[in-house]
Amino acid sequence: MSDLFTLFISALIINNVILTKFLGMCPLLGVSTKSSSAIGMGLAVIFVIFGSSVFTYLLYYSVLVPMSLEYMDLITFILVIAAFVQFVEMVLKKYSMGLYKALGIYLPLITTNCVVLYVTLDNIIKGFNFVEMCVYSLAVPAGFMLIMYIFATIRERLELANVPNAFKGNPIALIVVAIMAAIFTSFAGLV
Amino acid sequence: MNKLANYGLNLLKENPVFGLYLGICSTLAITTNLNNALGMGVSVIAILTVSNIVISAMRKIIPDEIRIPVYIVIIATLVKSVELLIKAYAPALDTALGVFIPLIVVNCIILGRAEAFANQNGVLASALDGINMGIAYTLSLAAMSAIRQILATGILSMANPFTDEIIFSINLIGSDYVIPMMKEPIGAFLTFAFLAAGVQAIRTYEADKALKEVK
Repeated sequence: MSDLFTLFISALIINNVILTKFLGMCPLLGVSTKSSSAIGMGLAVIFVIFGSSVFTYLLYYSVLVPMSLEYMDLITFILVIAAFVQFVEMVLKKYSMGLYKALGIYLPLITTNCVVLYVTLDNIIKGFNFVEMCVYSLAVPAGFMLIMYIFATIRERLELANVPNAFKGNPIALIVVAIMAAIFTSFAGLV
Repeated sequence: MNKLANYGLNLLKENPVFGLYLGICSTLAITTNLNNALGMGVSVIAILTVSNIVISAMRKIIPDEIRIPVYIVIIATLVKSVELLIKAYAPALDTALGVFIPLIVVNCIILGRAEAFANQNGVLASALDGINMGIAYTLSLAAMSAIRQILATGILSMANPFTDEIIFSINLIGSDYVIPMMKEPIGAFLTFAFLAAGVQAIRTYEADKALKEVK
């Protein structure tokens, strides 16, 4: 049990996917101008990563490994992710218009979010069992959402700041991320 | 010479990495030394050129509604081939780049060029566009990794990826004055921010100059 907790905390904070693995930079810079949209994007990412991780994990160990087709992992995983995102979008549109309006615009963007592919591949590389895989695929996107939210709240203030012309927009945002990365490295001794 | 200078200026103004912010994830992650950057850059040039050629050759057959999944399958196939080649012939590069080789699939530069260029243009033009964009990407990676490597270790060096033989190694900064932090994530973000600010400064300067000429 404590192992699972350690796994969760280390994936959530210590090895944070944005600040130490540099993944998901595109949505971080693109979507995080408002804290509400950061939460919407974060929830959509958690849902998609968890769903596609379970799918690809089962697919890998019950289809690809018995047929010794492990080298097909990348191609099948990316297709599963693309299809899953499309499927979620269609289901939400049909059955829950409210949720669709809240998450819908972020869903197409998620297919090319590198975090999704990273988590599905990492589950296999690290050789997790099913429970560890579930914990890991919840913790990583949760860490993504945490950083998205913190960053979006900082960015709302940053809009009002007087920044040199060359640094306006993304460069100053990256400096903010650099400072956040420096702060998060001090969590390294936590576990 | 003038043409070359023009090309250089375009490289700065329409830089895919620092100007358009495409493919930043891998740029930030693998630019700890020049070797990784060049390995990644050459892989991207190869994948981008071939995917542009294939997609442009098939652009009349691919139905419009499912074009993105088709592109992704083509790109994933190419990336997997490159990954297996690197694993077989350059194992040191494979351990250094790790999961970032398969992640080339979701590098926005490749899908972006397929969508913006290859599906509207002929095979030869698409191939040239692939090479051009790939070189711009590689040069950006090389610039960033050179800065980070020099500041973090004081040494700029390069090794042959197939044999691990060192090609050249220049000691630039004494080991008492290096900033090890530049190897960490924070160094990646800071270097990127300053380079992007530089590109933005050049772009605004050029835009101002053009505006004054009009007046």
